[in-house]
Amino acid sequence: MTPLMRDRLDTVRHVLFGNPLNLLAFGLFLLILLTALLAPALVPHDPLRTNAQSALQGPSARFWFGTDQLGRDIFSRVMVATRLDLLIAFGAVILSGMIGSLVGAMIGFWGGFWDGVVSRLVDVLMAFPLFVLAMALVAALGNTVVNVVYATAVVNLPFYIRLARGEMRVRRSLGYVEAARVGGSGDWRILTRFLMPAMAAPLVIQASVNLGWAVLNAAGLSFLGLGVRPPTPEWGIMVAEGARYISSGQWWVAVFPGLALMVTVFTFNLMGDALRDILDPRLRT
Amino acid sequence: MSRILIRLASAVPTLFGVVIVTFLLTRVLPGDPAVFFASNPSMTAEDVDAVRVSLGLDQPLLVQFRIYLVDLLHGNLGNSLSTGQTVAAELARRLPASAELTLVAFVLAIAVSLPLGAVAALRPRSLVDHLSRVIATLGVSMPTFVTGLLLIFLFYFLIGWAPEPIGRLDPFMFEPERVTGFYTIDALLEGDPAAARAALAQMMLPAITTALFALAPLTRMTRAAMLEVLGSEFIRTARASGLGRRKIVVTYAFRNAMVPVVTTMGMTFSYMLGANVLVEQVFSWPGVGAFAIDSIINLDYAPLQGFMLMMAAIFILVNLTVDVVIALLDPRAAL
Repeated sequence: MTPLMRDRLDTVRHVLFGNPLNLLAFGLFLLILLTALLAPALVPHDPLRTNAQSALQGPSARFWFGTDQLGRDIFSRVMVATRLDLLIAFGAVILSGMIGSLVGAMIGFWGGFWDGVVSRLVDVLMAFPLFVLAMALVAALGNTVVNVVYATAVVNLPFYIRLARGEMRVRRSLGYVEAARVGGSGDWRILTRFLMPAMAAPLVIQASVNLGWAVLNAAGLSFLGLGVRPPTPEWGIMVAEGARYISSGQWWVAVFPGLALMVTVFTFNLMGDALRDILDPRLRT
Repeated sequence: MSRILIRLASAVPTLFGVVIVTFLLTRVLPGDPAVFFASNPSMTAEDVDAVRVSLGLDQPLLVQFRIYLVDLLHGNLGNSLSTGQTVAAELARRLPASAELTLVAFVLAIAVSLPLGAVAALRPRSLVDHLSRVIATLGVSMPTFVTGLLLIFLFYFLIGWAPEPIGRLDPFMFEPERVTGFYTIDALLEGDPAAARAALAQMMLPAITTALFALAPLTRMTRAAMLEVLGSEFIRTARASGLGRRKIVVTYAFRNAMVPVVTTMGMTFSYMLGANVLVEQVFSWPGVGAFAIDSIINLDYAPLQGFMLMMAAIFILVNLTVDVVIALLDPRAAL
């Protein structure tokens, strides 16, 4: 083990066990991932099977989170929905992270005409309230789940482009880049071998912060009836269905999927802080 | 003043880009509005074509864009197909509802977050500091629509303090005559304190919902900015010169900490405009966000276009205000 690796490992251990919140974040994250993987095989009831006789029952030993207006088991639906909600969020963040950082790195490295064009475009995208833009994008592209992923990705693009562009502009004139150039490396090699890896830490931090936001964004869209359609179990749409019953006291229909949403976003946000402590201790607040 | 004008001019290209983006977005909307407009069974294919021609939908995209731009310069945002009114009139009728709600929520959020963040920074690791951290973490994790529903359950169903969440005013009460469009102010102008109180009561839950969401970034930023300023040299100098704690904190530290906080305020306001759409949906609030959702569902693109333009224009205006306020707070900052 090299001293550097041992140093890193020490930091990881310190961050995980020095702060119980960080440990909690990683524990919850594992739990959520496992739920997304295994829930469809483990849940006690079929998340789609309706049963008029057991409609709108409160939480009980048989139905842990109660049942909805069609008598479906809310616990099973909340658990099964994890996979779809995570897929949308991860899909959007990976898409915008990859495209955004590549585009941002390229315009930051070469500058010139395309730098101007893309930067103006980013300014225009940032001039809309992001959720409003995502709404209009889904409406324009068509009301499907895949388009929710694309819309969420587009809305997140500006952050990655700006981040990567900024990092590039600082780093492209540093000593080690000059050294690589003298050593005979071309632009593309410098960009992909030396500069892009150096951006990894801020990008990962940005992505983990983004993940929570992407979950909220996607759930908000389906809460409004955009993207996911019933009877697919999805947290946002389940909260929307439950909203009709909250004024008459059947709280469990909306509250449990809402809690699932909250715990997931909370976990991602905590994890973002923990990752920041590990990867870039200078940014700690 | 001339600097403000230059800054104002720099917003023009962005605004033009915004116009292009909204135009393109709404032109690729699925569904043919002409068919929707002519959804009368007695209409023939020729009638549908006639409607299409009258809406300019048969022209090339560039010509459509030119027509759109000329209309826009005359303040014409087109007509809403589902209500038959002009979009400008529909938006103007609904904007006060959204504006009143957002502004009350914004003031509420600032009134809580600035003192909270400042006290948290003044007394690190105190109870207030921990409280501010809990709020900052919870606030960004709470989906606004879930917070809203929880508040309805708690304060309407369980405790019964809040009125039923069905819009701006009890359906059995008369709307105050429109002066500003803000029900609370209009009712007071009319000399009807009962109506003003009722309107305020309807607004409390949605405003708290939006404020809770805005609280997190504002508290976090105030705390961080105050901590940084309090650790800086000029504060140490002021302290060494024997200035009173009150003067140091209020005049020196708080004012300097405000610069990043005002920037965050601008960002938060933009998030609030987006979150507002969800809050309006939860509380059946008859604002512009609810209108936009309706038009998306009805494939009615002119109102959506108008809504997007208005949101972007407000946002650009907010950013402009932020820059001006920062220049006033910190004369070194270039506009």
